[in-house]
Amino acid sequence: MTRFLLRRILAMIPVLLGVILLIMVTINLIPGDPAALMLGEGATPEMVAKLRASLNLDQPLPVRYVRYVGNLLRGDLGRSIREGRRVNDEIGDVWPATAQLGLSALSIAVVAGVVLGITSARWQYSLFDNLVRIASLFGLSMPIFWTGIVLIVVFSLWLGWFPAGGRGSWLHMVLPAVTLALPTIAMLARITRSTMLDVLREDYIRTARAKGVTTRSVLTRHALRNALIPVVTVMGLQTGQLLGGAVLTETVFSWPGIGRMLVRAIFARDYVLLQGGVLVLAATFVVINLLVDLSYAYLDPRITYR
Amino acid sequence: MSAETRLPTQPVAYLSTGAAMWKRFRRNRLALMGLVIVTLLACAAVFAPHLAPADPAKQALQDKRMPPGAKYRLGADEFGRDIVSRLIYGSRVALQVGVVSVLIALALGVALGTVAGYAGGAVDEVLMRSLDVLLAFPYLLLAIAIVSALGPGLQNTILAVGVWATPGFARVIRGSVLSIKEQEYVQAARAIGAGTARIVLRHVLPNCISIVIVYSALYMASAILLEAALSFLGLGVQPPTPSWGLMVSTGRDFITIAPHIATLPGLAIAVTVLGFNLLGDGLRDALDPKMQL
Repeated sequence: MTRFLLRRILAMIPVLLGVILLIMVTINLIPGDPAALMLGEGATPEMVAKLRASLNLDQPLPVRYVRYVGNLLRGDLGRSIREGRRVNDEIGDVWPATAQLGLSALSIAVVAGVVLGITSARWQYSLFDNLVRIASLFGLSMPIFWTGIVLIVVFSLWLGWFPAGGRGSWLHMVLPAVTLALPTIAMLARITRSTMLDVLREDYIRTARAKGVTTRSVLTRHALRNALIPVVTVMGLQTGQLLGGAVLTETVFSWPGIGRMLVRAIFARDYVLLQGGVLVLAATFVVINLLVDLSYAYLDPRITYR
Repeated sequence: MSAETRLPTQPVAYLSTGAAMWKRFRRNRLALMGLVIVTLLACAAVFAPHLAPADPAKQALQDKRMPPGAKYRLGADEFGRDIVSRLIYGSRVALQVGVVSVLIALALGVALGTVAGYAGGAVDEVLMRSLDVLLAFPYLLLAIAIVSALGPGLQNTILAVGVWATPGFARVIRGSVLSIKEQEYVQAARAIGAGTARIVLRHVLPNCISIVIVYSALYMASAILLEAALSFLGLGVQPPTPSWGLMVSTGRDFITIAPHIATLPGLAIAVTVLGFNLLGDGLRDALDPKMQL
């Protein structure tokens, strides 16, 4: 187990190095001189040269890459171009908001998705089941920025139950978290339903029923645990959806998180900030997928790691 | 699936003919609904100039933000442009981005997936680890990084969506190449001296077609969603092109006074994506019920 963990952590390193390289190469594609673009029309050549030197833009890409990785090892993501603040601090300011949003959305999605999926499978082909299936297909097809706007119109403008944006009390949390959770609810409901239906046909379920275990207990104790592995896999993949979707949700609800910071950084051409933000989100995603892999052993003791 | 179709005595040919596939597809009501939606969308895109009641770019400021009614069936937007016409023309943008980006991803994905799967070994390892790097970007962020570097616009959006979709295609193709290359007919072809190129082109790739078709339909849905998201953020298609995502974005400033401007284009996106999802699911069930996607 320890060896497996170690190997998986080591395997993350080339992926993250590749992510950094890709971001830097991509940003390097920006036509024209980033320094001149940032300073705008009225800049003198001296000012541009000075900025270029301070951003290390006069160095070739490989040198910049090694420097960036070196700084990163010391936990330093550089300084933002616009405000000159440390990117660590910028991200530190907005990170809790995104984590709060993401975790709330994930909790809502797991509870709602799994409960809907089990109920749907329990009463297969019932009216409820059909409704869940159609709703989850629609849920997977809705653009979340639009869902957010519709929820604002209905629950904020018409009913006045929740604020339309910003961060404050838990009331501010409800609409963005639900918006972000919807596609994941749909996905989890679908996958839970189909794996539950497979598991419910297994012999051990029939045995459990035959010896008189209550339906409730069969579903929650015998079937659910065995149905959870695909659910957890999908949850890991959906985290990517949640992290990326946060960019849209935060934009719609003016939620002061990392997604809005990224959009701001793009329009300000603050590529140091952009680079740091994208890197942090990608690293989070990679780590979560590692945790998902590890959780398999807990869910299914038959799985051993070599 | 009924018990009958599971019998091993079922002749194999029954499962692979086009007629049988169509029969299975036709029985699936949701799949048919998907086909209808996609067909209507394609018609809207092709016949846009004939279907649209007005010029999608024509502004009539005195009619701005007019709610749906007799003059404008679905209302007018913030510049008094006819929303019906803009929605119809918007289907062109959605389909164009979807089709071209999926073709890009398909070309790159087939090339990478076939080479990785067929060559195996170190080549496979290097290619797949490189694709892992692309997959490490949470949804949307890779495309955001690409368009923020190349600049917004239709072409760059298509490119970004295409690159984003490539690793998915490559992985799926690699997976099926891996299983196909162990099949007996491939070994037989090798035994009679067929070259690698011939084996790949004549024996391996044709057998990937069904999975490619299913995957393309499902990716059309994702590609259209991604284009809408990028345009919504202002990073994708630029005004005055009538992109649905962009229409939601500009309409957002007026949701208190004229909610129809932002909500209707979003509905168009949702229905379109639903159509492709249903079509993809239906094709999967019709082509190969055992396919895991």
